[in-house]
Amino acid sequence: MSRIAGVFKNLAERNESALITYITAGYPGIESSIDYIRTLARYADMIEIGIPFSDPIADGRTIQYSSYCALKNGISISKIFGMIEPLNLGKPIIFMSYLNPIIAFGVEKFFKKMKAAGTSGLIVPDLVIEESGILRDSAQRYAIDLIYLIAPTSDEKRIKMIGEISEGFVYCVSVTGTTGARERLPADLFSFVKKVKSIVKKPVVVGFGISDTDQIKALSRFVDGVVIGSRLIEIIQNREDLNLYLKKFKEATIRSCVSGHL
Amino acid sequence: MYHLPDKNGYFGNFGGRFIPETLMPALKELEDAYRTLKEDKDFKKELDYYLKNYAGRPTPLYFARNLSERFKGARIFLKREDLLHTGAHKINNTLGQVLLAKKMGKKRIIAETGAGQHGVATATACAVLGLECVVYMGRKDMERQRVNILKMKLLGAEVRVVDSGSRTLKDAINEAIRDWVTNVRTTYYCLGSVVGPHPYPVMVRDFQSIIGHETRQQIKEIAGRMPDILIACVGGGSNAIGFFYPFLDTKVKLLGVEAGGLGLYSGKHSATLAKGKIGVLHGTMSFVLQDKDGQIMPTHSIAPGLDYPGVGPEHAYLKTSKRVNYTHCRDRDAIHAFKILSETEGIIPALESAHAVYVGICEAKKMSDDNISIINLSGRGDKDLGIMEGVE
Repeated sequence: MSRIAGVFKNLAERNESALITYITAGYPGIESSIDYIRTLARYADMIEIGIPFSDPIADGRTIQYSSYCALKNGISISKIFGMIEPLNLGKPIIFMSYLNPIIAFGVEKFFKKMKAAGTSGLIVPDLVIEESGILRDSAQRYAIDLIYLIAPTSDEKRIKMIGEISEGFVYCVSVTGTTGARERLPADLFSFVKKVKSIVKKPVVVGFGISDTDQIKALSRFVDGVVIGSRLIEIIQNREDLNLYLKKFKEATIRSCVSGHL
Repeated sequence: MYHLPDKNGYFGNFGGRFIPETLMPALKELEDAYRTLKEDKDFKKELDYYLKNYAGRPTPLYFARNLSERFKGARIFLKREDLLHTGAHKINNTLGQVLLAKKMGKKRIIAETGAGQHGVATATACAVLGLECVVYMGRKDMERQRVNILKMKLLGAEVRVVDSGSRTLKDAINEAIRDWVTNVRTTYYCLGSVVGPHPYPVMVRDFQSIIGHETRQQIKEIAGRMPDILIACVGGGSNAIGFFYPFLDTKVKLLGVEAGGLGLYSGKHSATLAKGKIGVLHGTMSFVLQDKDGQIMPTHSIAPGLDYPGVGPEHAYLKTSKRVNYTHCRDRDAIHAFKILSETEGIIPALESAHAVYVGICEAKKMSDDNISIINLSGRGDKDLGIMEGVE
């Protein structure tokens, strides 16, 4: 069992969904982002760390901006490995990277370093299963979970195929659109994630657009985890108390004994 | 025989679909619709009708006698895409794609534009075919192409300013992709070059290959034989692919000209095939101008239509397979050719096309008047007078 799968198993036994928190590496500064990662690890079940790219087509304004700042700060994949390696967070680390920086770094070398740094999974937002060959063998060699996304536009056949190929969990994109906190999630989200749950045998995680505890609470009834990203970047931008928010977000993933429905 | 791309959209090692999952079903829908409609008699008839009666095809193959005599080399012919409606080859593609979108039942068209030529051509096709049009354009490009913005607005398109990244063509494409991811169920993305995920590179090539098909027939009628060399400029590479494609199975020499900017060692150029490394940009695997960390680099060319850090995957294949040779032309040489063609032939070329004209002259000088050289004059230069004014 992979480390990520182990976390889901433990959480299921405790009747909780996973809180997965995203931050862009190198934002707001190289040193400060290390501190923020430590803070996230205090509350989250898994940490997703974004490797900045100059042309992030799947990201909305917030992560475009944090990526831009991080690159201005001089962040690079080598530096990110240097940051992560000594951390010893005790929580699985998942990288989020567009394909091009990985190719430029060298695919084989990238996974080798991921393993050496103790990271567990990789999400590539511009990689669909049809093109998975470019990373698959190296990822397997170094036992890194390659996590694929399912979109509201994916039909049942694709959901099934992605569910079979994806490792660790499947990442359900809540909306047709880019990342970014949204006040309301789409009305058909719950029927969409229920459909995915009924087809996919692996843990199902929902991300994109999640911004508050009510959304996390509502989603946690149906899914195995939620990703919160842009909202956290906003909290950091606004210099609000990150600890306070994270505590509430994690509490919202704990399913209450009182059964309820939406 | 040349049979590319393969069923997964690859030209050798280049091409493919590197896009968010959200778009994958839309790309498959597009691929299916395109495969069906391109063989459909009514679709072909309707597209031919617009190309002929609306856009002005076929375009002439003109013998540039004065230019040829001045340099005492090969006989130079110009394929006059500059005479098309909206002033460039872009309309071949937009009429094809917008008509396709209409048949697919799409109501809203989005496009990116750098120089504004593809934006104007898309807005034009949407106006005549009755579809809503939104064009994304980088703020920097808006500042240097004001007339094209006015044109797009007159044609009923909404022009959206892009303030992210370098605020040029590549960022306009990013923003168009983000719009498409968001509105994929109702929106058709009309991409302007042979770049992007499959099936765009093959589809845009097919719509543009009318340039080469006509040229082949015309030169046979005029000279009774094949040309010796074809020359075209390459940004994303749509005019060049359209021009070259019907000649790939022949022995005709093919030469693509990239934007050399201030020189290949200045760091200020757009010569992707010359200086790029293999990578993924805007959904396709090809050569990309990038730094050692895989971040996309800013580019430069005096010709806004060539100012792009990527290149079509088929060009990457044709370079590595050595079927097509690629060279570059610096800003100042393109300016020189811009003036020479204006003076000798009374034809003001687009600055993009002037890159091909300059290299065409250089190549012609190496040959004799037994030889035939054809330059694709992809667009006219009205749009560039502002830039030229700055150069004076």
